[in-house]
Amino acid sequence: MSTIEAKPAGNDPESAHHQSDAHGDHDHDHPSFLAHHFDTPEQQYDSGKLGIWIFLVTEVLFFSGMFCAYAIFRMLRPEVFEGCSQFLNTKLGAINTGVLLFSSLTMAWAVRCSQTEEYKKLTGMLAATLSCAMIFLGVKAIEYSHKFHMGLMPAGFFSYDPAHPHIEGGPNYLMWLCLPFALFLIGIVVWLAVAFFQGDKFKIAVLKPLTVVALCFFVGVGLGTVLESGSDEGHAGVHDEDGVGEHSDDLASASYLPDEATAGRTEFGVIERLAGDATNSGLKGELDALAAQSEIASGTAVLNDDADVDSTIHAAPRDFLTPSRAGVFFSIYYCMTGVHAIHILAGIGVLIWLLVRSVRNEFNRQYFGPVDYVGLYWHLVDLIWIYLFPLLYLIR
Amino acid sequence: MSAGTTLPPGVVRDPGFPTQSENYLTNSKGVLSWIFTLDHKRIGVMYLVGVSLSFLLGGLLALALRWHLVDPDGALFSNAIYNQVFTLHGAIMVFLFIIPSIPAALGNFLVPVMLGAKDVAFPRLNLSSFYLWIFGAIFFVLALCGSGLDTGWTFYTPYSTTTDTSVIMATLGAFILGFSSIFTGLNFIVTINTMRPPGMTWFRMPLFLWATYATSIIQVLATPVLGITLLLLIAERTMQIGIFNPEFNGDPVTYQHFFWFYSHPAVYIMILPAFGIISEIISVHSHKHIFGYRFIAYSSIAIALLGFLVWGHHMFTAGMSDMTTIIFSALTFTVSIPSAIKVFNWLATMYKGSISLTTPMCYAISFIFLFTIGGLTGLHLGTLATDQHLHDTYFVVAHFHYVMVGGTLVAFLGGLFHWWPKMFGRMYNEAGGRVSAFLVFLGFNLTFLPQFVLGSRGMPRRYATYDPEFAFLHTMSTHGATLLGVGLLVALIVLLMSLINGRRAVANPWGGATLEWNCTSPPPFYNFERAPVVGDPYDFHDIEWDAENERYVTIEPERKLAPETKPVDTPAHAGGQN
Repeated sequence: MSTIEAKPAGNDPESAHHQSDAHGDHDHDHPSFLAHHFDTPEQQYDSGKLGIWIFLVTEVLFFSGMFCAYAIFRMLRPEVFEGCSQFLNTKLGAINTGVLLFSSLTMAWAVRCSQTEEYKKLTGMLAATLSCAMIFLGVKAIEYSHKFHMGLMPAGFFSYDPAHPHIEGGPNYLMWLCLPFALFLIGIVVWLAVAFFQGDKFKIAVLKPLTVVALCFFVGVGLGTVLESGSDEGHAGVHDEDGVGEHSDDLASASYLPDEATAGRTEFGVIERLAGDATNSGLKGELDALAAQSEIASGTAVLNDDADVDSTIHAAPRDFLTPSRAGVFFSIYYCMTGVHAIHILAGIGVLIWLLVRSVRNEFNRQYFGPVDYVGLYWHLVDLIWIYLFPLLYLIR
Repeated sequence: MSAGTTLPPGVVRDPGFPTQSENYLTNSKGVLSWIFTLDHKRIGVMYLVGVSLSFLLGGLLALALRWHLVDPDGALFSNAIYNQVFTLHGAIMVFLFIIPSIPAALGNFLVPVMLGAKDVAFPRLNLSSFYLWIFGAIFFVLALCGSGLDTGWTFYTPYSTTTDTSVIMATLGAFILGFSSIFTGLNFIVTINTMRPPGMTWFRMPLFLWATYATSIIQVLATPVLGITLLLLIAERTMQIGIFNPEFNGDPVTYQHFFWFYSHPAVYIMILPAFGIISEIISVHSHKHIFGYRFIAYSSIAIALLGFLVWGHHMFTAGMSDMTTIIFSALTFTVSIPSAIKVFNWLATMYKGSISLTTPMCYAISFIFLFTIGGLTGLHLGTLATDQHLHDTYFVVAHFHYVMVGGTLVAFLGGLFHWWPKMFGRMYNEAGGRVSAFLVFLGFNLTFLPQFVLGSRGMPRRYATYDPEFAFLHTMSTHGATLLGVGLLVALIVLLMSLINGRRAVANPWGGATLEWNCTSPPPFYNFERAPVVGDPYDFHDIEWDAENERYVTIEPERKLAPETKPVDTPAHAGGQN
């Protein structure tokens, strides 16, 4: 399979000797991959394995702070969490979950390939894992930019206006999110071209898969765009077909009322916002039910008093309620998914390092630790997403 | 030559002195050989220099605070500056000095040597955690040079989200320092788990390693929570995420829970390694087997685990439910059990021991006094009724200074004097060392005993001015602080002078039985050529004083080699048998 013969390391006294000479070290039979302070490859592997597991424990505890924050605020304001999660696009979340699960498969496969010394396949599996990571980030970029655009921000910057969900103007968030990845892609392609003209086989072997990886970010962006725009049309459909417009006055008024007055009616405000944006078809029935309910139960003087409603709308700033309530949900959403995305980026970094080493055929049946450790890390990142997806997107 | 070389039987065993090319301090030269070193001993020495400088900075700030308080109206600063000075004193001492002091400086040097290993499991990670420490320190200094920091070292919200001072800079610094601490702890856990020499079972480890192991568990489990807390605090300041900031529906008490979930265990990060040092010093300088080895070892782990359950006692007055405070109070008392076990075992070790009143032993005895006072006054604060009165008074200040300065700092100094000959190969002036121990003990008590009285009379902490009736006690405290400073200065001078004109240190100046005394002073860069023979780390019966050379040596019992004839060199199939 590979062009370079893998040395059965450790059994070749000459190469071991050579290495330790280069190391300026003492003379016992240390294969090149064995650090000088370890006695055996097993000891080195076990140390690394224990180290990465402890590191994963710290990672879990790192995220646990945010899971605690999620639990506390969900307990304090369940209705806000239920309502706001409707803004998250389940389809995109589900696709990202699938992509990450698949990347875990390819990662596990890569570990296996490094053990069986199938180098071409190892490189391919690492590239596949990287590509999935990029698709994930591409979809995430669409999700983020869409929400930024609607003003669905952390509490301090929350500027969502149910009446005008799509703010005109403002920076092109998607462009700014894509820019670093575009630069990365251009850099890789230019470097590949240079390597091609120089005829540097090693660089070409590394940069070819990386080009595919960099392109995959835009595959993710494209995928996200298709699905998100589809759902935008869906919004319009909801507006027209379901006739929410008729009730929107009633419902809207509820959400614009000051806090105290709507203490028991916050669901109305939430559902009203859904009417503008939700992509979930299950919403339709819910809306109908609520509309009916409001006809029966909302016959209160406050709601039917037009003048009162108008004055409330004009008197109170539109986002009087939202930043302090919905804003907290989006704060937690951005913190958790943002820190998770940073972990994906870190994973991409170490996977690229592995890719380079795998092209160099540095791994063998005695030395596959790094692939294994990165694999464990990658599975953890995947696992955290497996928890984030239902907690943020699905529980309604 | 190096350790592990077996001399002929019946002869004294002593590794002698290292050659220039073996000595880890001199085997390679130039600044770059230090900056990029992967040798745990050099990293330990760099940490030692770093934490000492931080301690100097934090100590000068403390002296400034004390001299400010000579006058009831404040002698030196405006109130705003006073807030910044006590905040920086606390933050620098906690994050830059106490937490890395023993584990990172002494621990880095000692853990692999005590294990008979060549290095820690991940030398590069070790170096990177040192540089993370440097970066964290830079952020703190930038905060100091920028607009200061006046939140107290705890960064409590909502004040920390509204003040104009450089909270972000300082929290970023603490965040980075947290990772430095995590990586050090991770390294030690893996090193102790996988790199023990053959024969060293868990219960043949020196107690310093047990203490380091317990500390590392806390570092690994608690510090990430601080990391995310500080990250959320930064996000709170930059994006107003509304998790901790009440202005956006956040909850400040949640911040306190998050913060103390780390910072209470962090108290044990500070004190547990000190326990380890004291266990070593007491046993070695009493020349007697440590009493209750297993109990001391288990109590370290017990403290580490119980330490995670008591964070709420920092928040008794923050408005938790009665039931919660009662549970936290009860759990707090349980921590005193393993702590007391340790103290009793040290005393039992000294009982009928042959005590040499060396400088390290003076510090260790002073530690037992001071830590006991610090620990017992903790009970007053753990009791709900008295805490209502004492919360946020000088009583608290005196209590935690007794534990952290009287405990950790004194143990750190004791450990430094104990291992100094091993680290730098020079003996210091014993008389000078003892004088420093005495001055530190005296100055410390003069500083902080009055503060117990101040606190119980109602002097609140963190006040820049005070009622004139407290003036006498405050003045006493200030003069004590000056004396303490003089004591520390004497210790510094004694140690530095030893580098210039100290006698060359022998391999085993105190008669210790742990592995680090089996290699030369200072150790060769590879520590041990091969893993040495491991016995009971507190078995002193074969260690004898060699008066002629002023050193302790190990006497190897007579051994008969069987078979006595030398086996033939060539194998049988090559005709070597006959």
